[in-house]
Amino acid sequence: MKNKVISFPYLVWALVFTLIPLLLIFYYGFTVELESGQIIFSTENFVKFFSNSAYTNALIRSLWMAALATFICLIVGYPVAYILAMSTYKRKGLLLLLLVIPMWMNLLLRTYAWVTILDDTGLINTFLGKFGIKPIQFMYNQGSIVFAMVYNFLPFMILPINSVLSKMDTSVFEAAHDLGANKMKVFTKVTLPLSVPGIFSGITMVFMPAVTTFAITDILSGGKNDLIGNIVQRQFREAFNWHYGATISIILMVLIVISIIVSSKYESEDKGGGLF
Amino acid sequence: MKKFSKSFYIFLIFLFMYAPIIVMMVYSFNDSQVATAQWKGFTLKWYGELLENERAISALQTTVFVAITSSLIATVIGTMAAIGIHSMKRFSKNTIMGITYIPVLSPDIVTGVSLMLLFTFLRIPLNKYSLLLSHITFNIPYVIISVLPKLTQFNKNIYEVALDLGAKPFYAYTKVVIPEIMPGIVTGFLLAITLSVDDFVISLFTGGGNLSTFIYSQIKRPNPSINALSTLLFAAIFIMLVVVNFSSVKKEQKVEKII
Repeated sequence: MKNKVISFPYLVWALVFTLIPLLLIFYYGFTVELESGQIIFSTENFVKFFSNSAYTNALIRSLWMAALATFICLIVGYPVAYILAMSTYKRKGLLLLLLVIPMWMNLLLRTYAWVTILDDTGLINTFLGKFGIKPIQFMYNQGSIVFAMVYNFLPFMILPINSVLSKMDTSVFEAAHDLGANKMKVFTKVTLPLSVPGIFSGITMVFMPAVTTFAITDILSGGKNDLIGNIVQRQFREAFNWHYGATISIILMVLIVISIIVSSKYESEDKGGGLF
Repeated sequence: MKKFSKSFYIFLIFLFMYAPIIVMMVYSFNDSQVATAQWKGFTLKWYGELLENERAISALQTTVFVAITSSLIATVIGTMAAIGIHSMKRFSKNTIMGITYIPVLSPDIVTGVSLMLLFTFLRIPLNKYSLLLSHITFNIPYVIISVLPKLTQFNKNIYEVALDLGAKPFYAYTKVVIPEIMPGIVTGFLLAITLSVDDFVISLFTGGGNLSTFIYSQIKRPNPSINALSTLLFAAIFIMLVVVNFSSVKKEQKVEKII
C-alpha cells in the first residue's frame, strides 16, 4: 500500500495549526515590545518571572498542589482499580463505566457542584448548624482546590491501573503463592511491581491537567491561591501582555516535557511514548 | 467480612463521585433566587428560564455545530493521514507521529494560547469558525491514533488481491481497506465528538461562544439555572452512554451465539 500522498492534507494542517503556533509561542516568549512599537529579542520576561516571588510562588504552589492531588489519587484510586480488576463480579465492566460517567460532564460543572455542598451556607454547614456548630470554611483555601483536583482527575488514575491489572496473567499470582509467598508478599513483590506502568500512566494523566488548571481555582478560590494556569490565562485575556504570557507558557512546556521524559521511562508502551 | 469492606470501599467512592451531581440535580428544582442549600420548595422555573435564555440556546447550537463538523472533518483528514503514515518508512513515520503527539501531550492552555497567537497572526477573527479550526486541530491526532492500530492489524495481501483482481487503488480502498478499519474510524469519530463537547480551555482562547465557555461566564455569578443546565446535560450523557453500552453488550451476546 504505497499511498503517502493522501496524508498530505494532514501534513499541511499540522504545519499550519501545530508547528507554526508553537514557533509563535517561542517568538513571543523571547521578544519584548518597546515603547516605540519595535519588537526586539530579549530574555527580559524570563528574568521577570524568576525574580518575582509572586510568580515563582505560583509555580511552586501549582507543582506542590498537583503533586499532592496526584498522590491522594494514587492512594485512593489504586485500591479501587485493584478491587475492580480482581473482582469476579460479572458486571464489573458496567461498574467501571458508571465510575467514569461523571467525567463526561464538563469539568466546570463538576467543580461547581461542590459549591452547593461545601459553601458557607452549603449542605454540610447547614447540617452542622442544626447542631449549633458554627460554619466551617471549606472553600477558598488550598485544601478545597486539592480536593476538587482529586475529584476531577481520580478516574484518570483508576483507569490505566485497572487496565494493567486486568490484563495481568493470573498464573503469576498462583506461581508466587505456590512458591510460598503470602498474600501481602504476592502483592508487594508481584502485583505492585507489575502494575508500575499503569501507575506512571495514571500519575501523568492526573498531574498534567492538575498542574496547568485554572478553572478549578477560578471557581473554588475566588482569586486567592493563584496557580500558574491562572497567571497565563490572565496575561492573555485580561492584561493582554502576550509576550509575558508566552514566556510563562514556555516555562510550563519545559516542565511538562521533563515530566513526560521521566514518566515515559516507566509508562506502558501504548500511550504517548512516540515523541520522546 | 473482607468482601464487605471491599464493597463498602467501592460504595464510598461511588458516593464521592455522584454526591455532588445528585445534590446539583435536586437543587435544580429549588425555588430560591440564590444558589444555597436552603430548600424553599419545588419549582421548574430554572428550566423555563434556561430555555428562554438566548445565549444558552446559541451556545448549545455552537457546541453541536462545532462538535459534529469538526469531528467529521477530523475523521476524514485523520483517516487519510493514518493510511498515508502507515505506508511510510520508519524515519518519516516516527517524525510525523512525533508531531501528531504534540497537541495530545501539550497542556490545553498551551495549545489554546498557541492557536490564539496563530489566529491573531493570520488576522482570522475569533468566532465559531476559528473555534471550528482549533477543534479540528486537536481532534485529528485522536483519529490517527485510533485508526493506525487497525491498519497494522489489516492483512496487506487482501488489498493486493483486490488490485490483482482488477480493482483500481481508489476502488480497492473504499471497498476493501475502509470497511476493514471501520471500527477504528468510528472510535476516532466518537472520541472526537466527546473531546469537542467537553473542551473548555482551548475554546476559551480560540473563539468561545460554546456551552463550556458560556458556563464559565455564568459560574462567576452563580444562579440556579446552571444546576438545571447541568442536570439536563448529565441526563443526556447518562442515557446515551447506558444505551451505547447495552447495545454493545447485546451485540457481543449475538456474536457469542453465532460462534
